[in-house]
Amino acid sequence: MLDFRLDEEQQMLADTVHRFAEEKMRKEFREAEELGKIPDDVVKAGWEIGLLPTGLPEEYGGFGEYSAVTNAIAMEEFSWGDFATTLRILGPNLVAMPVYLSGTDEQKAHYLPMFCDEAMPKVTAALTEKAIQFDPRNLKSTAVLDGDSYLLNGAKTLVPLAKDAELILVYANENGETQAFLVPAGSEGLEIGAKGKWMGINALPTYEVKLNDVRVSAANKLGGDAGIDFTQILNHSRIALGAAAVGLMRAGFEYARDYAKQRVQFGQPVAQYQSIAFMLAEMAIDVDEARLLVWEAAWMMDQGQDATAETTRMKFYLDDISVKVADQALQTLGGYGYIREYPVELWLRNARGLTHFDGIAMI
Amino acid sequence: MINFEIPKKIQAEAQMADMVAKQIMRPISRKYDEGEHERPVEFTNAMWPFLKQQEKARWAKIESGEVKPERDGPNWTILRLILMIEILSWGDAGIYLCTPNAGLGGAAVEAVGTPEQKERYMKRFSTGEPKWGAMAITEPNAGSDNSSMRTTAVLDEETNEWVINGEKVFITNGKLSLEESDGFCVVWATIDPDAGRAGIKSFVVEGGTPGVSIAKQEHKLGIRASDTVALHFKDVRVPFDSVLGSPDVQKTSKGFKGAMKTFDASRPAVAASAVGIARAALEFTQETLAEEGIVIDYTKPKHQLTAVERDLMEMEARYRGSWLLTLRATSQLAFGESNRLEASMCKARAGEAVTWITQKSVELLGPLGYSRETLAEKWMRDAKINDIYEGTKQINLLIVARSILGYSRRELK
Repeated sequence: MLDFRLDEEQQMLADTVHRFAEEKMRKEFREAEELGKIPDDVVKAGWEIGLLPTGLPEEYGGFGEYSAVTNAIAMEEFSWGDFATTLRILGPNLVAMPVYLSGTDEQKAHYLPMFCDEAMPKVTAALTEKAIQFDPRNLKSTAVLDGDSYLLNGAKTLVPLAKDAELILVYANENGETQAFLVPAGSEGLEIGAKGKWMGINALPTYEVKLNDVRVSAANKLGGDAGIDFTQILNHSRIALGAAAVGLMRAGFEYARDYAKQRVQFGQPVAQYQSIAFMLAEMAIDVDEARLLVWEAAWMMDQGQDATAETTRMKFYLDDISVKVADQALQTLGGYGYIREYPVELWLRNARGLTHFDGIAMI
Repeated sequence: MINFEIPKKIQAEAQMADMVAKQIMRPISRKYDEGEHERPVEFTNAMWPFLKQQEKARWAKIESGEVKPERDGPNWTILRLILMIEILSWGDAGIYLCTPNAGLGGAAVEAVGTPEQKERYMKRFSTGEPKWGAMAITEPNAGSDNSSMRTTAVLDEETNEWVINGEKVFITNGKLSLEESDGFCVVWATIDPDAGRAGIKSFVVEGGTPGVSIAKQEHKLGIRASDTVALHFKDVRVPFDSVLGSPDVQKTSKGFKGAMKTFDASRPAVAASAVGIARAALEFTQETLAEEGIVIDYTKPKHQLTAVERDLMEMEARYRGSWLLTLRATSQLAFGESNRLEASMCKARAGEAVTWITQKSVELLGPLGYSRETLAEKWMRDAKINDIYEGTKQINLLIVARSILGYSRRELK
């Protein structure tokens, strides 16, 4: 029955994550971006909030049931704190959620319990390829069955934390379909390349990964013979990324709003000029509209409905408006928006980066 | 608990509106666009018996003393209405406005009228021939700034009557309520021009009252089936107790604010009408393009979509976004929460979105979109009114801006 209010547990989660975002993420994110490293204690504290275990069933050590809506609520708050730190803290989801959604019973029993541990598992996923026309459903990387194992070949980019990862979920093209393979670190032919240098999101180290005849057992193919439901994985991922975009937009909007109220020009706060006030009003509506589109798609997924159309159009629409809102936030600050002492220019860079993440951040 | 499902019972009830929209409104849509100012009798005659019956049942409840028990859950009446408006506007937004009911005038009576006034003015909608109610606020020189209105009401203490003089414009259903039925029009006027907002009161003027005349029927860009008139009031005498709310000039503008409260429901209602038109244009565009083999493949990455497919997808997203904002403002009302900010948000966004969506539709459909043989161009014309009435987009943005910034009217003009 129609309702747009968080329930008590969701509100508690949102409050918890928001407090963390405000007290920890917002304190470190600028330095982390400049140094290319997020302080360990922040990562640890973020992991200890335990978002992932709350979405995993008890039999694997979790204490709940996955809800895309609840996840989106938490994701927005994390991302409001900082997008790069969010990806760092929730990195394990890149493996946990595809295993949870598409894994065989054996794979779930084998891999999921580590995500409920106190220590953050060192895992990542490799999906994106360096192609202008990147299409997650038509990958250039290949997987070929050879006896009772697979041979993986190709090149990946934007693989977070690949250098320290003990396990990489590699997406590859098997007979025209996107499938996923659990590749242990140190596998022969697996080459972790250079650290990526990006316009933003530099606090999160990402790497190129090359696969030269990497051989993995057929048992490491996610979902066994049946493989994965890649569309479902992508839909969940897009919802998470959409929620992250909402968090980013909201961060920009709120900062611009507060700034405009205290910045005095020509004898009054600039927020009292309609040109600024109207822009802020449009931004506020954009944030709310974006959130509702994310929530609706998430709710449909939770109901077991196919939300491919909803998630796709939501993601594409948010790609546009999140960059627009970040830009308007910067514009509101005028010259200070362009200065790295202020956070807003980084949010514009991150918003732009977020549009290039598609499917990778299965949070 | 977040939930996007419209209650099943309300969905089922909406099917009737859906039938009316498809079978009665669409076939006559073009006819009453071209025949501006004609009453769409096929629609009004079909709706009246049903609406009359509803009113009859409502009055039966009131009179049997069956007081509404305090509800535990949400009151979905408003959602039912919003859904109906969306569907009927999908059928035809101009014709929908001719729905024979008490309209905005009725909303004002219900909001601030005494039980006796409610009976006197509202009970007529449960019996006899079709009737309409209207509301007259706007004046030639007082649009969004309606507190500067000049229409006056002066108490004639000898006869205990109010004497109203002035001019009102853009009155929806003004002719239907005052000349073509035994309806009424709620007229806003000041009883103390020096008191500003505090002096502004609303008065119920019955159809056929001497001194009321229709100065002109407006010729409009769209919603041509809808009756829009300018009214002239010359020494119009109405009984003392036709004033709604207190006749005293209070120090505060509380009365004015009370009347403004009707916007909390009427803005989502306009947003819903906008969304209905947007859906009509979107569906027609999708269907027509599908005949040409253009169907969005949602599994394609963005860069592999054609420009037309991208436009279509954005139309879908913006239509949906506006509808969700509208539903949110509606559900707040149902839950008894304040929705001032959200009502203006949905109104501003939906008015803008439907304007853009319908223009895109005409553009994407090429000559077919521009042709009067289809309805696309009509929807584009109809759409624009939603960006204007019940507060222009700019006024609603101003309200949103004040709310998010915590500014008063004085601080943000």
